[in-house]
Amino acid sequence: MTAANGDALVLVDDLKVYFPIRSGLVMDRHVGDVKAVDGVSLEIERGETLGLVGESGCGKSTVGRALLRLYEPTAGRITFDGTDITHLGEGQLRPLRRRMQMIFQDPYASLNPRHSVGRIVGEPLRVHGRGGKGLGKTIRELLQTVGLPADAITRYPHEFSGGQRQRIGLARALALNPDFLVCDEPVSALDVSIQAQIVNLMEQLQEEFALTYLFIAHDLAVVRHISDRIAVMYLGQIMELSPADDLYDNPLHPYTISLLSAIPIPDPEVESRRSSILLQGDLPSPANPPAACRFHTRCPYVQPTRCRDEEPVLRPLEGHLVKCHYAEDVKAGLITPKQREAVFEPGAAEPAYEPPVV
Amino acid sequence: MSATRTPLLTVDDLHVRFGTSRGLVYAVNGISFDIAPGETLGIVGESGCGKSVTSLALLGILARNGRVTAGTAMFGGRDLLKLKDDELRSIRGREIAMIFQDPMTSLNPVLTVGKQLREPLEAHFGMDKGQADRRALELLEQVGIPGAKQRLRDYPHQFSGGMRQRVMIAIALACEPKLLIADEPTTALDVTIQAQILELLRTLVADRDTALMLITHDLGVVAGMCERVNVMYAGMFMETGTATALFAQPRHPYTLGLLQSVPRLDSGRRQKLMPIPGSPRNMLSDPSECPFAPRCRYEVEQSRQQVPPLEEIEAGHQVRCFNPVPADEWQRQRLGGAA
Repeated sequence: MTAANGDALVLVDDLKVYFPIRSGLVMDRHVGDVKAVDGVSLEIERGETLGLVGESGCGKSTVGRALLRLYEPTAGRITFDGTDITHLGEGQLRPLRRRMQMIFQDPYASLNPRHSVGRIVGEPLRVHGRGGKGLGKTIRELLQTVGLPADAITRYPHEFSGGQRQRIGLARALALNPDFLVCDEPVSALDVSIQAQIVNLMEQLQEEFALTYLFIAHDLAVVRHISDRIAVMYLGQIMELSPADDLYDNPLHPYTISLLSAIPIPDPEVESRRSSILLQGDLPSPANPPAACRFHTRCPYVQPTRCRDEEPVLRPLEGHLVKCHYAEDVKAGLITPKQREAVFEPGAAEPAYEPPVV
Repeated sequence: MSATRTPLLTVDDLHVRFGTSRGLVYAVNGISFDIAPGETLGIVGESGCGKSVTSLALLGILARNGRVTAGTAMFGGRDLLKLKDDELRSIRGREIAMIFQDPMTSLNPVLTVGKQLREPLEAHFGMDKGQADRRALELLEQVGIPGAKQRLRDYPHQFSGGMRQRVMIAIALACEPKLLIADEPTTALDVTIQAQILELLRTLVADRDTALMLITHDLGVVAGMCERVNVMYAGMFMETGTATALFAQPRHPYTLGLLQSVPRLDSGRRQKLMPIPGSPRNMLSDPSECPFAPRCRYEVEQSRQQVPPLEEIEAGHQVRCFNPVPADEWQRQRLGGAA
């Protein structure tokens, strides 16, 4: 097994998060669910970085938010440091909230433009009753920790660049000295030269404060760089969980294989030698996911038996966890990938509505 | 390669400035390049380096406060930058087409996709609706949209992101342009969809001899698509060369810095990233020194006094630097770091 030396900080068991689809102006009937997360089990060990990757709409952000109880889980269980927090009330949750914080993707939208940096970073401290004496000193220390000048305290978010704003977000998240940080696409909005600054800073902070990260991103190269283990999600489920070092060299799930082959590598020599497996079509709608194996509609390795009528279980294989019936055969080269016709799914991306009459 | 073919577009010493409330913004400061039929030319740079402004200037669609202050852009014997609006209109869409980053905001939400595809055909070729319809269907099929016939009647919101980008490409291809400018064509898309779109662009360039100018921040995309690459910073080309040379032996500190700051899928994990310190130059003054000098590890006295010229360092490889990086530096660091 990849994890499980018994020291898990966060335990997720069969987590489901459904968003109801309602229809009708008066009746407001419940006509279905968007199954954003559909049976995810994870454990995040103390001090590790677990990477969560997948394409947009696969439910990776929803997992992160549900762990912090920002979304109500539909089913399943979330345990944080031994406490079941799945149905904990706000009052009981509050002391735990100090220990889990979040960093957001968009450093422009996640900082209040009318608050000074000092107020933004100090807010969690005030909310949790540590506002009194010495607040200014704490804030200045935090700013220094994330590499911002001390005079930033009186300035406003618009005076800072994207990378510096992300540092402000980090300082705010660190204010309460948390154990666990959910980082939702923390570097995606940044330029490459700045990305590396933030990634390095996050690594350094993790060491300094013994942080545990759930690092959510769509960029596998960044995730692989920072993570100890990586979970690959597709349509609300985990398809493969693997040690980060092993994922590129030894991907076992057909989706992981396709995903990796789609990521361009900044080296023309390597690029010309790589063969890519082109996935056809788009992500099916999570409101109506394919039966049995979720990936079978796009899988280049799909087989006539089992894939379409039997849901695979996430099972251990070569130190990974894989949700595929035929992972061994794919690995051994007994099944070869084939190009598939794209499936025509009208309106799969967004719920259809009548265009406005102009 | 360009050496063997006559260039389709030759841009020489292009300068673009914007008048803003904070003063003049020096967005593009003298760039020159050419592109031949069937060639894919990459322009890489980070946000604000002027890469998009370059393409907008060529098509004469700069924002109102933008001015081309110097330079020429010869395309088929004419200077694009001196053409009148109506002359330019007959080239835009017809001979030079453009694909934008965000397919949702670049398509008209209240017109069907079919209508938007017919528009350039009717405008440039005077086709009637029937002819244009048949051609529109062909185009949608070419870019690989399943069920093309029904989808002509659909509106943009009924398409997914990847499909919308295909529609954009179909519209751009409608008039079989000689030059296609793609500005971050896959940045808004997921990687598996990005791979589909890039494959489509590759096929188009190969089959039709279209010249493709690919503007992106993604070094990986450039490595897989382009023959020649220009690295842009603060409105200037810092380094120009074949993709092979540039990625194997980057000679400009900025190019090296970019390569060092992206984690690679195929390199050893936790290989230390070396970020470029500081942040990009603000563009409110005409550069009088090397614009990269304040962030540069290789900076020398001279970099602070004048802008280095773009000089040939080996055949087909030009660098704008007084103190170029040693040719083997990048390979040495990669191998050293991996060990």
